[in-house]
Amino acid sequence: MLGSTDLSTLSAEAGTTHSEIECRALTKRFGDLVVLDALDLDVGRGEKLAVIGPSGSGKTTLLRLLMALDKPTSGRVTIGGEILWDEPSKRKERDLRKVRAKLGYVFQHFNLFPHMTALRNVAIAPMKVRKMGRQEAEAKARELLASVGLGDKADSYPAQLSGGQQQRVAIARALALDPEVMLFDEVTSALDPELVGEVQRTIVELGDRSNMTMVLVTHEMRFAARVANRVAFMEHGRVVEMGSPEQLFGDPQEPRTRAFLKAVLEPLY
Amino acid sequence: MWHWSVAWHVLPQLLHGLKVTVEATLLGSAFAMVGGGVLLFARLGLPRPLAVAVRFLSELIRRTPLLVQLYFYFYGLPSLGITLPAFTCGVLGLGIHYSTYVAEVYRAGIQSVAQGQWDASRALDLPGTTVWGRIVIPQAIKPVLPALGNQVIAMFKDSALLSVITVTEMMATARSIGSYSYDYLEPITVAACLYLVVSYSAGQLIRLYERQQYAWVN
Amino acid sequence: MVHSLAKGTLVTVEVTALAAVVGVLLSLVAGSLRSANSRLLRLPAAIYVEVFRGSSALAQLYFIFFALPLVGVTFSPLVAGVLGLGLNFGSYGAEVVRGALRSVPVGQREAAVALNLPPATRFFRVILPSAVPVMLPSLNNMLIDLLKNSALVSTITISELTFQGTLIRENTGATLSVFAILFVIYFALSSVIDAVMRLAERRSNRALHSPVRTA
Repeated sequence: MLGSTDLSTLSAEAGTTHSEIECRALTKRFGDLVVLDALDLDVGRGEKLAVIGPSGSGKTTLLRLLMALDKPTSGRVTIGGEILWDEPSKRKERDLRKVRAKLGYVFQHFNLFPHMTALRNVAIAPMKVRKMGRQEAEAKARELLASVGLGDKADSYPAQLSGGQQQRVAIARALALDPEVMLFDEVTSALDPELVGEVQRTIVELGDRSNMTMVLVTHEMRFAARVANRVAFMEHGRVVEMGSPEQLFGDPQEPRTRAFLKAVLEPLY
Repeated sequence: MWHWSVAWHVLPQLLHGLKVTVEATLLGSAFAMVGGGVLLFARLGLPRPLAVAVRFLSELIRRTPLLVQLYFYFYGLPSLGITLPAFTCGVLGLGIHYSTYVAEVYRAGIQSVAQGQWDASRALDLPGTTVWGRIVIPQAIKPVLPALGNQVIAMFKDSALLSVITVTEMMATARSIGSYSYDYLEPITVAACLYLVVSYSAGQLIRLYERQQYAWVN
Repeated sequence: MVHSLAKGTLVTVEVTALAAVVGVLLSLVAGSLRSANSRLLRLPAAIYVEVFRGSSALAQLYFIFFALPLVGVTFSPLVAGVLGLGLNFGSYGAEVVRGALRSVPVGQREAAVALNLPPATRFFRVILPSAVPVMLPSLNNMLIDLLKNSALVSTITISELTFQGTLIRENTGATLSVFAILFVIYFALSSVIDAVMRLAERRSNRALHSPVRTA
């Protein structure tokens, strides 16, 4: 398992710093369709990476593989130095869970548990995974809900909350296990326009006040520019170009990047 | 102790009983197919008070045990002066009981014909009988065939109840062999297996048909 | 006559209730096994469902009551009846459970996986609570069918309602009135089941607080 050839040690010896997230030749195929094409990616600790690109570029698939919600066809992924996926991909659920514990995931469609209050939604993971006592877990849950501005909604059910509020509860829920890395999968795409702001603000605040590593797949370019210190443009399962927001948005090098940004940023022409 | 020789020995008699079972099922199914249509027509077509009465009667039949209904036809009718042979009582019982289920299947089938069809017909000012006969019913038939098939299979299994009103179908045959030889094991087991084989095969045929029907969707 | 009919009704209710408990438990177990990931778990459940759904309920009762003793397994009539009815119920219920489990949105399971919830918690605290309201309408029909099937145990010497009815008929010859009363009682019992189940449906839908349309 973890004892097999430590390529991370090799790369460390080769002089590269130890990234929080490391992907090497990550490939995902669905039958004949290649969604991720030998992708290489490094995300440093504390870095905020925004991933943009057209539909079908593999952005969501990448995120899902990082969270071990899907299995890669081939390739290698390490999180915080620990191997998540390796060749051949025959990882046991037990080992995946160990690494998955370092990550938090926020879904596009929230996926809150409808039969539980907001408090319960946030508290259930600490209770059942960290084996925390109910009092302690609920106290922590209240704190987290307060930190996303929903302290007074702890006893509400998801159906009683607006989309924006539900998504913020989902963020609090993902934070409940103190992850090192937070993954955001187009978290505002399913929201009514007037609710997008509150969720974006919450994420920006989270980024500002913590040293957490964040990877955000998003369509919102201004939001990406505000929250990220690096932006990656993906197309056809590969990273085409990567750079700081100023570099990528201001002076894109690759023609495909330019074409995409033109189409996205000038929709009325 | 299980003896294969005994099982082999009782098989011909059980197959003979199976023939009676199948006869009862087929006749009962034919009855139910017609009866279901009659019931549905009564519910939809008759004036309000009659329709409600029919509805109530069919609920009464649907929600009470088939066994009690069979007893009624076999033991009860004679006191009204109507004495029918056991087999007829059995077919009657199965037919009437399952008419209530078949009526539901028909109803679901008709409802599944898209509302647009009714609207188009009304817009074209077609007469009622044409709308029903040429447009709605032809479209309702194909999708309900699997459900009707399942009702036939269910009736096949329920036909075992006819043994209780002295019809010599498969279950009754098995019991009488058993009581005669004091060895129930092989007759009942073989009979149960025969029910399983026939209904499972029929079920697979229905599933095959369903898959064929929906193949073009994929 | 009233006395024996009352006794019979009580036995019918008893048999139906006991068989329902056995049947629901079997449905949950078999339905969950049929939805499992490993074929090793799925296969025995699939065999159970196909065998008991495919054969006649009466044949199953006769098998347990008449045939099994000949290989050394003897049950009292009541146990045989409850067992037979329960096994039959379970084979249909398993499919209902399986369908309901499948109807739970994929996102729920993914969220539970993303939170690293242990498999048992995932099933009992997240998936099952969402699946139960979906099962209730079918459960309603199945319980009424079970009530009807309870009449079958009169053929294996359990003195439930139908048995009492036939006894009275033999003794008094008052055929039509006896059967009329039988119909009324069964209809009443089935209406009670229907009412209780509809209440349960309403309450469980409230517990989900009007199903949220999350994908």
